[in-house]
Amino acid sequence: MATSETADSRRSETAAEHLGVRDLTMAYGSFVLQRGLDFSVNRGDVFIIMGGSGCGKSTLLRHMIGLKEPAQGEVFYDGESFTRASDDRRNEILRSVGVTYQTGGLWSSMTLAENVSVPLGEYTDLTPAEMREVSALKLALVGLRGFEDYYPSQISGGMQKRAGLARAIALDPSVLFFDEPSAGLDPISSHLLDQLILQLRDSLGATVVIVTHELASIFAIGNNSVFLDAKSRTMIAHGDPKYLREHAESPDVRAFLNRGSAPED
Amino acid sequence: MSPEGEQTPQRELGVSQEPGGELRVRLSGDWYLRHGLPPLEAVRQALADQPDTRRIAFATEGVTGWDSSIVTFARQVAELCPDKVEVDISGLPEGARGLYELAEAVPEREGARSDEKGPSFLEQIGLATLALRDGAVDMVAFVGEVSVAMGQLLRGRARFRRVDLGLMLQHSGADALPIVTLISLLVGLILAFVGAVQLEQFGAAVYVADLVAIAMTREMGAMMTAIVMAGRTGAAFAAQLGSMKVNQEIDALRTMGISPLEYLVLPRMLALSLMMPLLCIYADLVGIIGGAVIGIGMLDVAPTTYIQHTIEATTFTNLFGGIFKASVYGVLVALSGCLRGMQSGDSASAVGDATTAAVVTSIVLIICTSGLFAVLFYILDI
Ligand SMILES: Nc1ncnc2c1ncn2[C@@H]1O[C@H](COP(=O)(O)OP(=O)(O)O)[C@@H](O)[C@H]1O
Ligand SMILES: [Mg+2]
Repeated sequence: MATSETADSRRSETAAEHLGVRDLTMAYGSFVLQRGLDFSVNRGDVFIIMGGSGCGKSTLLRHMIGLKEPAQGEVFYDGESFTRASDDRRNEILRSVGVTYQTGGLWSSMTLAENVSVPLGEYTDLTPAEMREVSALKLALVGLRGFEDYYPSQISGGMQKRAGLARAIALDPSVLFFDEPSAGLDPISSHLLDQLILQLRDSLGATVVIVTHELASIFAIGNNSVFLDAKSRTMIAHGDPKYLREHAESPDVRAFLNRGSAPED
Repeated sequence: MSPEGEQTPQRELGVSQEPGGELRVRLSGDWYLRHGLPPLEAVRQALADQPDTRRIAFATEGVTGWDSSIVTFARQVAELCPDKVEVDISGLPEGARGLYELAEAVPEREGARSDEKGPSFLEQIGLATLALRDGAVDMVAFVGEVSVAMGQLLRGRARFRRVDLGLMLQHSGADALPIVTLISLLVGLILAFVGAVQLEQFGAAVYVADLVAIAMTREMGAMMTAIVMAGRTGAAFAAQLGSMKVNQEIDALRTMGISPLEYLVLPRMLALSLMMPLLCIYADLVGIIGGAVIGIGMLDVAPTTYIQHTIEATTFTNLFGGIFKASVYGVLVALSGCLRGMQSGDSASAVGDATTAAVVTSIVLIICTSGLFAVLFYILDI
């Protein structure tokens, strides 16, 4: 494929690239959602995927974790094509990936500790008692100490999000994906969650990819980003959101990042 | 975190005694979750040997790779130590220290952990009995609420979408025809076979026609249709309402002042109660055809005689007795399906439980009612 050759040459320029999206076209059937997406996420980045509602942010995330196949283009992990990898290889790559879903996605018939233990049981040889210790640690990391034996329906929405995060970090992933982590949270919880994401990034040494349109979060923790535009159906900005706020070429991006009141040119 | 890939982990754990009552836990090599947690034994042993230990510290210069297994281990060690022992985590790798502190940062919420023990055997019996009573009370209450909703309907004030009713009529009527056809055809065939073996001994093979006609119209048509509909449609009702509950769709109706009983339960009850008698008539017919295939095809009864006998045996009372039963069964199946659906808990497995409960309740009710009818019809000499 021609795209992969250009991808390889580009990769050598940026040694620290962790995730790469090359010339990606996303479509539902014949309805093309976005085309020509092309960006890198560097190791240790907190990378923000932003854009208006319905522009395809969640869909892009689903492409990056293999829940949806690209109509065209490829996704790379550590320079290796994820899109062209075999199913086994994909599963191996995904083992170093943690994902939290927009609505939690916790398994409702299991307690929080059991939720966290599922990946541990699948991919480690820990005994049940050890798994319990590890899941207690993961729950403690997200501030849910003592809630091991609660069912997801017995805790609040914000706690469910954090429990989802505990499950996502069960196997100490090197990449963490979040779909709208702070949607539906109060500003304080949302701020705490941002801090938690940063602390986990630092301690685990992970790369973080977040879908969000929460401006406070974007500026507080993001150091790299891509902006998807629904009108032109492609990305119209890429870079540090704090820089884009003042200097993005597109007035739409500046308007978005300034809460609609873009400084006129 | 270092990359994965190595096979045999090179790793060591040692506990040494330092001056000033300090224990030093020395770790080296690779410590990853997938190889298991560091063993606690050595530390436990050392603590037992040195009751006057003051401090416990970690030395991890030799650690080449780690993940949260080391953090879990450190927390286990801290838990193992008596209160007077000071745990010094400064020797852990930097990231691990961060995780350790993060895990300690939020104190356990008071009363979060419940340390209730499971109920004893006697308590379980008591609880089960109470649950039985509650179940009965719920059912009566539900029947009451449905009656009120029916009252609204009769006064033309019930609120539901006509489209829903149409859809439900299709689901519990036309869509059920294939399975009802299959089952009643086979029941007719089986009845004819069983009857033929006995009646031929007396040279009374022609009475197979009477047997099939009476059995189908009086009992089997209604009963088999009801059981099929319990497994097919009653279960679907429970699953639909249960998942709507999980999704808070029912809460959404309530807060808009729309009664879920009227909006969701009524159309389902109506559809099934209307369709069951029709399905029953259809099942009677198909069952009789099934019997005729055997009677005329295999026993060499003349077709006209067979038909004559069938018509005579299909009396008004038999036919309408069956249809009446079918209507009652229809109400029971719809009631159990909707009741269990509305009672469902809010998790995926609770919806599964509700569906199972709906089928079990329907079948139990159908069989009990059928017995009741048998006695009643006998007393009334119908
Ligand atoms: N399963 C689907 N089939 C068809 N179109 C879909 C599907 N899921 C989402 N879409 C379309 O894709 C668009 C983007 O969805 P999504 O990625 O969820 O947006 P957001 O940026 O808000 O996360 C939506 O406008 C929707 O119309
Ligand atoms: Mg979305």
